[in-house]
Amino acid sequence: MAKLTIDDLKKIKEKVHKEMSLRDGDRRVRITVHMGTCGIASGAKEVMDTLLEEIEAAKVNDVIVTTSGCMGLCSREPLVTVEVVNQDPIKYEYVNPNKMRQIFKRHVLAGEVQTPFVLAKGSEVIK
Amino acid sequence: MLTLADHILDITENSVRAGAKFIEISIEEDTAQDLLAIEIKDDGHGMSEDVLQKVLDPFYTTKTVRRVGLGLPLLRDAAERAQGHFFLKSQQNSGTQVKATFGLGHLDRQPLGALINTIIILIISNSQVDFFYKHRHNDRRFELDTREIRKEIEDIPINHPEIIKYIRAAMEEGLRDIESEA
Repeated sequence: MAKLTIDDLKKIKEKVHKEMSLRDGDRRVRITVHMGTCGIASGAKEVMDTLLEEIEAAKVNDVIVTTSGCMGLCSREPLVTVEVVNQDPIKYEYVNPNKMRQIFKRHVLAGEVQTPFVLAKGSEVIK
Repeated sequence: MLTLADHILDITENSVRAGAKFIEISIEEDTAQDLLAIEIKDDGHGMSEDVLQKVLDPFYTTKTVRRVGLGLPLLRDAAERAQGHFFLKSQQNSGTQVKATFGLGHLDRQPLGALINTIIILIISNSQVDFFYKHRHNDRRFELDTREIRKEIEDIPINHPEIIKYIRAAMEEGLRDIESEA
């Protein structure tokens, strides 16, 4: 295989510029994978890998992914928060790659909250 | 923590939380000296002498949501289990440097694990931070600097799927070329 070079980046840049003008970049959903020490130790990295694969497979561009630290519920990790614009955030507990796939397909794409996995609705308040 | 990549992800999140804008992650494998060294250096707000004394205590944490802080103690333990050492240097307002060494061939040394995914997760979720990844295996080297990538892609965000695809391919190629043994 030919070596990847800075020129490849230039080509990618041109391609992306062309596509960017065709898309609207509105963010519809923000997904947060909690990645404190506790989350990582219980498998948050695999959950994150699965989520990134699903996003790529679904070719959606209105979903942003971010990470956050521990929120004090270490025993229920891995935790994932799904925030659809103008709706209360939903926190899922004990997430694994299979649950992540289901949450992505059913909740993020189809809008159905996956109640059996839900820990809570709303934002955490840290005092 | 099952792999060293998990530790890297965890410790680097500390750097991000310390407001770092530039983080260097360096991995060195030296077969002749039977040495594996991992170093994470940031330009975050650092720690005072006083805090530095306490961070290796598992019951010390800066967070208020729970009473334990295990990130650094777990890494120290992993290093010492594999006949390695743990070093921590920090200066207030200039940054922190964490280094862990391991016996490369030691039976109890954790495997490096999914390094590429770890670096990609760090880049995607902290797109405001620049990362410099250096990996040496004896006399072979691989480097990836997001500052250089950013210079080329101008207004495209670094976490754009096409750019991430490029970073993944570049890392796969680079790590294959240096034939990492850890």
